[in-house]
Amino acid sequence: MSTTTMTLAKAITAGLDKVLATNPKSLLIGEDIGRLGGVYRVTDGLIDSYGADRVIDSPLGEAGIIGTSIGMAIRGYSPIAEIQFDGFVFPAFNQITTQLAKMRARSEGRFGAPVVIRIPYGGGIGSIEHHSESPEALFAHTAGLRIMAPSNAHDAYWMIQQAAACQDPVIFFEPKRRYWLKGEVDTENPAADAFKAQVIRPGEDATIVTYGPLVPVALAAAEAAREDGRSVEVIDLRSVSPIDFDTITESVEKTGRLIVTHEAPTFGGIGGEIAARISERAFLSLEAPVIRVGGFHMPYPVAKVEEQYLPDIDKVLEALDRSFAY
Amino acid sequence: MTNTVHEPSEQALIQLLTPEGERRSHAEYDSYIQDVDAEMLRGFYRDMALTRRFDQEATALQRQGQLALWVPLRGQEAAQIGSGRATRPSDYIFPTYREHGVALTRNVDFPQMLRIFRGISNGGWDPRENNFHMYTMVLAAQMPHATGYAMGIQRDQAGWDAERLEKDGEAVVAYFGDGSSTEGEVHESMVFAASFNSPVVFFCQNNQWAISVPFHVQSKVPLADRAAGYGFPGIRVDGNDVLAVLAVTRWALERARRGEGPVLIEAVTYRMSAHTTADDPTKYRLDADEEAWVGRDPLARLEKHLRDNDLADELFFKQVAVDGDEMATRVRVEAMAFPDPELAQSFANVYAEAHPLIQEELKWHLEYEAGFADTTEEGAPR
Repeated sequence: MSTTTMTLAKAITAGLDKVLATNPKSLLIGEDIGRLGGVYRVTDGLIDSYGADRVIDSPLGEAGIIGTSIGMAIRGYSPIAEIQFDGFVFPAFNQITTQLAKMRARSEGRFGAPVVIRIPYGGGIGSIEHHSESPEALFAHTAGLRIMAPSNAHDAYWMIQQAAACQDPVIFFEPKRRYWLKGEVDTENPAADAFKAQVIRPGEDATIVTYGPLVPVALAAAEAAREDGRSVEVIDLRSVSPIDFDTITESVEKTGRLIVTHEAPTFGGIGGEIAARISERAFLSLEAPVIRVGGFHMPYPVAKVEEQYLPDIDKVLEALDRSFAY
Repeated sequence: MTNTVHEPSEQALIQLLTPEGERRSHAEYDSYIQDVDAEMLRGFYRDMALTRRFDQEATALQRQGQLALWVPLRGQEAAQIGSGRATRPSDYIFPTYREHGVALTRNVDFPQMLRIFRGISNGGWDPRENNFHMYTMVLAAQMPHATGYAMGIQRDQAGWDAERLEKDGEAVVAYFGDGSSTEGEVHESMVFAASFNSPVVFFCQNNQWAISVPFHVQSKVPLADRAAGYGFPGIRVDGNDVLAVLAVTRWALERARRGEGPVLIEAVTYRMSAHTTADDPTKYRLDADEEAWVGRDPLARLEKHLRDNDLADELFFKQVAVDGDEMATRVRVEAMAFPDPELAQSFANVYAEAHPLIQEELKWHLEYEAGFADTTEEGAPR
């Protein structure tokens, strides 16, 4: 048993180290990822082990980072690109949606561009504009991309390796406010398939589905609900595209109630997709409408009021109350 | 506010063959075409003539409703054949969507190129067979791909000595147009290529028009001048002179393969027809402009050179015309015979690995389609 306690950020570092060590065609590219080790130090020290040709400090240009990653992938390399913050991915949006996502379809299945894009995402860190966004729905809507979001160190260690091994392009959303969350990482026994959801807390009366930064919030809300005599199941989605609807359906057929929560705005978000699918799949099992708890339809607010914007334990509990009121 | 229009200046261009078909010597670039003999010249003429004939046939097919759209290239044959013939088979090419002549030099079969425009495929041919990438419809999106591919080449060739680089070294050519030059990705691809000294040749066919917007709206300076801002050479060449284009592209590719980094080539040419078959150039440009460029026609120029110097006889030109017609017939027959694809096939190419949503939707689609099996095409029961 080789279990080590580490932060989620360091678990990703260790996962990247493993990828670079085992796949000579893998390389990292991004702004400040080399000498500095990334603004969150997630790539810290890797340039010393693998050199500047495999841990590439790139010029500042997101379309360039993703575009050149696509070119390297066409050449046979496996690039893992870093976008410094969520809100800065948009200069590369064209490269990701019109090029990266469609390379396999356009080549009629002959080849794809297996690029991993790491994006520290989400709020709750008191930062300024464009540093706290959750754009996953924009990418999940684009066929050809896969979207992952780990919530704990063990998953982070293994899921980054699974993303790198995947022959499809993967956007790897790292919950930046959980970078310092410590957890046990078993480096011998792999985490489950990254594209499967996991029931991380069993329950009988209601289900909360979430992913990434809100997993601890959902767990805390479930614990608080227990004091009210409610047994709440929590599912960590882990993959936002594809979504493991089977695991959610099975849970809802048991509990009869579903709350979906994410930081991204509720409107047009992943929660809406889950609500619609589960309504189709498990309508007769539902005791109440599926309730979504997400961000408002506004640009991510300034840090001084972000606590009012972000889903927290109380908002999830309020949603549970509404669900049980039916 | 003044709007300086930069007319192509013959003096500023590298030119080895005048519009009258006369050979001009050039101290630096003559050495790059020393091997070009009469047979090669005839080959270039044939390439350009076949490309023009293909373009003509595809345009006709579009007019007859057989293609959704066509992107003509008449006038740009020398820029494409000259640059394409400068490459080695191992060099990788990223085209835009107008490089039908470059495709010829890479042995891409012409009928295959029509699959995109006939609505059968979004890619068309296998890029890995001839190192000729798929056409890219989003302007300039292929530019950083070219730089990234070149960065891959650098890693593959790490540790090679000068001799091996010269013999087996690979390079990339990224094609783009004067309109694309405005896109940010052109800038980013050039910054990355300069930063990493990557073996990529940026080849701009400045055909003067981005649909209806003239070049001076894209740039106040010749595009080749911009290279200085990135720290690599920029060169302006007469894009209607196949010899000059061949020479400068060979020079740039040799330099890139040696590890000396990128080059920007601006091939000054002219789109003699519409941007696409949906375009109407009579609404935005003057006949006088077009006529001035007819006098610089790349095919007429080489034909005059071949005839005046007894390098090709009448039989040769007749044979090229006959071969062109035969090729056009084959293109038409084969393109019309392509079977329509099934939507069900499209599900297979979205992801490399199994994806439950795809599987679920494909299953639904097949069941839905199967639901019509008991009815005739008119909807009546069988």
